[in-house]
Amino acid sequence: MDKKKTGSLKAARTTASAVTHVVLTALGILWLIPLFYLIVQSFRAEPGAWSSTFFPKTWTLDNYRRLFFETQFVQWYLNTLLVAVISCAITTIFVLMVSYAFSRIRFKARKPMMNVMLILGMFPGFMSMTAVYFLLKILLPNHFQSLASLIIVYSAGAALSYYVAKGFFDTVPKTLDEAARLDGATNAQIFWKIILPLSKPIIIYTILISFIAPWCDYIFVSFIMSGVNDTSMYTVSLGMYKWLEREMIQQYFTTFCAAAVVVAVPITALFMWLQRYYVEGITGGSVKG
Amino acid sequence: MNPLQKLAYYVVRFFTGLPGALADFFSGMGRGIVRLVKGTGQALGRYFGGFAKGDLITKGSYFVMGLGHFTRGQVVKGVIYLVLEVLFILYMVLFGGTYLGKFFYGFFSGGTVGNVPTQDFWNEEEGIYEKIAGDNSFKIILYGVLTFLVILFFLMLYFRSVAESRENEATVKAGRRCPGFRQDLKDLTDKKFHLVLLLLPMIGLLMFTVIPLITMILIAFTNYDASTEVPQHLFSWVGLANFGDILGGNSAMSGTFLRVLGWTLVWAFFATFTNYFGGMVLALLINQKIVKWKKLFRTVFVATIAVPQFVSLLIMSKMLTYGDSLEMSGIIVQLFHNLFGVDLKFGVDIMTTRIAIIVVNMWIGVPYSMLICSGILMNIPQELYESSRIDGAGPVKTFFSITLPYMLFVTGPYLITQFIGNINNFNVIYLLSGGAPGDLLRYTDGAKSTDLLITWLYQLSLGVNRNYKLASVIGILVFVISAVFSLMVYNNSSAVQKEDEFQ
Repeated sequence: MDKKKTGSLKAARTTASAVTHVVLTALGILWLIPLFYLIVQSFRAEPGAWSSTFFPKTWTLDNYRRLFFETQFVQWYLNTLLVAVISCAITTIFVLMVSYAFSRIRFKARKPMMNVMLILGMFPGFMSMTAVYFLLKILLPNHFQSLASLIIVYSAGAALSYYVAKGFFDTVPKTLDEAARLDGATNAQIFWKIILPLSKPIIIYTILISFIAPWCDYIFVSFIMSGVNDTSMYTVSLGMYKWLEREMIQQYFTTFCAAAVVVAVPITALFMWLQRYYVEGITGGSVKG
Repeated sequence: MNPLQKLAYYVVRFFTGLPGALADFFSGMGRGIVRLVKGTGQALGRYFGGFAKGDLITKGSYFVMGLGHFTRGQVVKGVIYLVLEVLFILYMVLFGGTYLGKFFYGFFSGGTVGNVPTQDFWNEEEGIYEKIAGDNSFKIILYGVLTFLVILFFLMLYFRSVAESRENEATVKAGRRCPGFRQDLKDLTDKKFHLVLLLLPMIGLLMFTVIPLITMILIAFTNYDASTEVPQHLFSWVGLANFGDILGGNSAMSGTFLRVLGWTLVWAFFATFTNYFGGMVLALLINQKIVKWKKLFRTVFVATIAVPQFVSLLIMSKMLTYGDSLEMSGIIVQLFHNLFGVDLKFGVDIMTTRIAIIVVNMWIGVPYSMLICSGILMNIPQELYESSRIDGAGPVKTFFSITLPYMLFVTGPYLITQFIGNINNFNVIYLLSGGAPGDLLRYTDGAKSTDLLITWLYQLSLGVNRNYKLASVIGILVFVISAVFSLMVYNNSSAVQKEDEFQ
């Protein structure tokens, strides 16, 4: 009798496990189909934007050859990489400095500054772009529609996104600082020699987020570069977006797919590699309820 | 209470908490103002009192900044103060003063911003009309804001130098030496290290966020649009007229605004909740003990976050394109037609498009909330589950009486943050539907039926329908909405109130 019961329990468990696995697998496939479609379409030999079959009728590598040798994609890729590296460096440094100052040092203007920054963050970031555009025109008269402008746009406001890093610094025990201070360390030394070496997760998180941002941004780059005919200044997102416009899509759709694969693979790999830090960052920052 | 009542309770508490939060906010602001006025009074008292009591050098330092420093052993600091004062005066005389004057030229009378219009001038020799550049209204506002900030910072610097000068006098009278420049530099690595840390980020923030933002806020009180494009035209101050128009004065425009606002809120609500519950269910599924290859499943779902959004959303929008014929349509539309005989009129039919957008957004967003929910699920105390198992609760009951309440409690602030994020979710809408389908009868000023306020703002900032004043008004209204919801987080979250208790 006892045996029977455990047996039926086991059976129920196996069924539950099977159902869960089937559901998860189905969902997983559903989730990957669009990305899979993107990949197979990049090998499609038939021209045109629309195909009636999921898989290409004829397979080819020609789209990739075209991408690298007949379009400006490599230039766009290098542009984006340059912008991403520089703005990532500036953003990371700014964020660390601001969050450390707000987390660890008590000064008179601290609370008011944090409040003002909170309020600034509630305005849609894009709202100020018309004025930023003017400002860039004044500051860089001949180069305001350039990569330099993009770097400024991506990194100048970095101070506003200090929250996650500050949340991290807040959890580093203060006793560490106090011990160092007893040994005669200054605030600067504590920052460099004690806090920064402990902050690897948050540094990697900030680098990851700010490096990926320029690859994914369309709104700011399209605004800064609006009306620019010299396509050699584009970033990947802007250039690739243009390929899908009505006049270009018939010619460029499969090239777009190939480009998308080339852009997505390194970013995805980077993300997967550093996923742990990303998860720590978002969960630490968002749910300190 | 059963779970539904509990949920209702949370919702009710959210809305009943709203007035309280607003009251707290305003009373806090009131206290702040009182403190500011009091502080200013005291500072002015010290300022004038110090002038009356001070010796000749201190009195002189009220006019020549730095005088009280370099005569008392702080040469470098004194010179820096003096140079800054000279620079400020030069700035005001050569530049700021003019712009400030032009800024205020029509400010109170509702006149133009700046007073010299660009004119056509008949050039006899060449036989053509030439333009004589007049004032640029936009630049005047921009430089006006800049000048205000410069004055503000100079005043802070000035009061600081005067206060230091008084201190120096006292120090010298007491027979001690004033701290030298070397000491000041040393302070910058310790007591005043925050100045070093904050200097560059704050300059960046002031230049490229604060000044532009204040400028654009001011634009909401002008009539700047395509018909008054600078520098060919001057635009004027119009007071609150734009806000009046959008909130009811201009029925076509306010109708459009209400429709766009309505969809924005509906979208934000559904996007937030579908993602949240989808993510929670997915996390619960994956984190079960019986599931093998947890990591593999998680990686599969996370892949959609890792792929840059413009790639995944653009490919989706092309898969969903409803073309003139079936051959000119995306693969999903073809699939639906062939399998179910349904025409998926994405970008043509409003309801279809809206539902499709929310579904595609789940594809993008569910893995994200799955990551967050996984982390929290692991933190739920296991004793809770054990005791409920002993009480004989089934998995469904356990979910509603333990998991869900716990998750809602912990992720409340996150949900509201997500909600605000979705109000401003430009990428999903712009890259998927671009706002389409349009509906010229019910939408004016370039808005379309799946536009959010933020994508409408984008359309109004460039292109054929550009209307900067309207864009600014919308930006301000988005701010008001975000602020109301943020207040909830701000007042409820212990992360803000108990900042120091974490350590």
